[in-house]
Amino acid sequence: MVERTFTLRNPTGLHARPAALFVKEVQKFSGTDIFVRKGDKEVSARSLLSLLSLGISQGESIVIRCQGPQEEEAMAALAALIEGGLGE
Amino acid sequence: MIGPAFVYREGQVETAARQAASPDEELERYRDACGRAEAELTALSERADAQAREILAAHQLMLQDPELHNLVEAAIREGRPAEEAVRTATEQFAAMLESLDDAYLRERTADVRDVGRRLVAALTGRTVGVVLTQPAVVVARDLAPTDTIGLDRSLLLGIVTEQGGPTSHTTILARSWGIPAVVAAAGVLDAASDGMSVALNGDTGEVVLDPEEETRRRYEAAIAVAREQAERDRAEASLPAETPDGVRVELAANAGSPGEVAFAMEKGAEGVGLLRSEFLFMGRDTAPTEEEQYQAYAEALRNARGHRVIIRTLDIGGDKDVPYLGLAKEENPFLGVRAVRLCFRRPELFQTQLRALLRASVHGRLAIMFPMVSGLADVRRAKKALAEARRSLEAEGIPVADQYEVGIMVEIPSAALLAEHLAREVDFFSIGTNDLVQYTLAVDRGNPELAEMYQPCHPAVLRLIDQVVRAAHAAGKWVGVCGEMGGLPEGALLLLGLGVDELSMSPALLPRIRRLVRSTPAEEARSLAQKCLGLGTPEEVLALVEPVLRQKG
Repeated sequence: MVERTFTLRNPTGLHARPAALFVKEVQKFSGTDIFVRKGDKEVSARSLLSLLSLGISQGESIVIRCQGPQEEEAMAALAALIEGGLGE
Repeated sequence: MIGPAFVYREGQVETAARQAASPDEELERYRDACGRAEAELTALSERADAQAREILAAHQLMLQDPELHNLVEAAIREGRPAEEAVRTATEQFAAMLESLDDAYLRERTADVRDVGRRLVAALTGRTVGVVLTQPAVVVARDLAPTDTIGLDRSLLLGIVTEQGGPTSHTTILARSWGIPAVVAAAGVLDAASDGMSVALNGDTGEVVLDPEEETRRRYEAAIAVAREQAERDRAEASLPAETPDGVRVELAANAGSPGEVAFAMEKGAEGVGLLRSEFLFMGRDTAPTEEEQYQAYAEALRNARGHRVIIRTLDIGGDKDVPYLGLAKEENPFLGVRAVRLCFRRPELFQTQLRALLRASVHGRLAIMFPMVSGLADVRRAKKALAEARRSLEAEGIPVADQYEVGIMVEIPSAALLAEHLAREVDFFSIGTNDLVQYTLAVDRGNPELAEMYQPCHPAVLRLIDQVVRAAHAAGKWVGVCGEMGGLPEGALLLLGLGVDELSMSPALLPRIRRLVRSTPAEEARSLAQKCLGLGTPEEVLALVEPVLRQKG
């Protein structure tokens, strides 16, 4: 299992469009379990609705947790996406 | 307009409660419905523009959402029918998003509900969205943005809805497409059936179902006249509004949304003399974000294709119902905390709008206009706020255009009387004659009892306008008129004579005023206006002006 903390720097946080990009990336790793945690609430990263319901704004920190055969690759891909500003 | 009805009932997917079959059968129905709903979204995406495609892509992801499936399937296993399970699950997510602090995320509840609606429709063998295969008048309860994505504009003859008002999606869509629409037509959904002939008049709000021969003939005659007129107007739309003796007047349009800007340009407007920013603020539960406003202003500027767009900052007061602004009830809302007076008291609201406007300035030729300015203090305060917005953007490294104009609405008599001082502070004036007439004559323009006292061509009003134009020109600034007076032939003639540089009106009025300008020597208008300035009553003014207009036909 790998776990990493990120601070979202893109202007709108994890809003509809960035969240959709994020879920699409997650879908590429079908055999790996991926979760997003904010505070004490953790949700499946495959669920756009659950991600939106975390209400993640700019400057907030989230923890991503990956578990499964492609956990390292998945984490690297998601890190690149977040650090690239989530398409914004 | 007259045409066959296309009755759209899917907007209100209210299915009768049905008994659940076995959980396995319900699960299969649910999975089939998901497949059909996804296929629908894919098909819609192919016809949609970029913005709509993005919404549809988000809907696709929601349809594939594993947590949504878990919730629905759990409810089905408990013995609930699939429709009910879908409705409960999507409602649960909608409620969760609705409870967030973030206004933008709260708006996504509409998307979740939309996905739920689409799924329930698919479960009952229906589809969401108006899809026309032949020319028709669409009759519906109300139309939401996703209902109209797949709609073929060339087949849409008109729209009649039971609900809706001036800021609803239906009205905005119809206006931007130039299609007749009647909203708030109670009972029409029950009375209409597919293929039934519908006659509607978007100007008067008349709707006649299954009209008799006489009504039908009346409508057909009106359509023929309108078509002929439209062809003549189209031919003339590109002609400059120039008087025979070579004085050029800019003919611009008033607009209420970015879509209306596009429509106005098609109708031959040379710019937008007034874009009311209220469309962003009305009919919703939260204030629009900076990003949302920026997108809308940028779209308006792009739609004007390089022509000037004057965007008026928020002009709202206690007469409007905008719950999230918490406006106090006032004895005299038109003399109360409205427009810039409200913005000065809500610096965050004002700064958000000013930042969005300045950010949009790089997309076209922007002019910013402040409404309800009563004197120098107001202009200076508004300009200070604008400078502050500019500084904050620059500090963040966000680009702002070097050039944009800043002006004020002249609609309060004190501003008209002190125009020579105000002219030094601004790039332009735009005379808001609707309020200027109302404030000068102390006549409520909405009061039918006093309708005949409401006289735009009153000599008192003409004198004020004359003073404003002289003051502006002496300072090298230009003057426009964005009130209804500019679209009335008698008003336009007098304004031309008083030396106004720009007239902005509803796009439909442009052709007639263009013909008037092209057939009236400026010298003739000037001497007429000079005579009128010396008269004592509006009746005397009209007695001089009307024969001149009649002679021009």
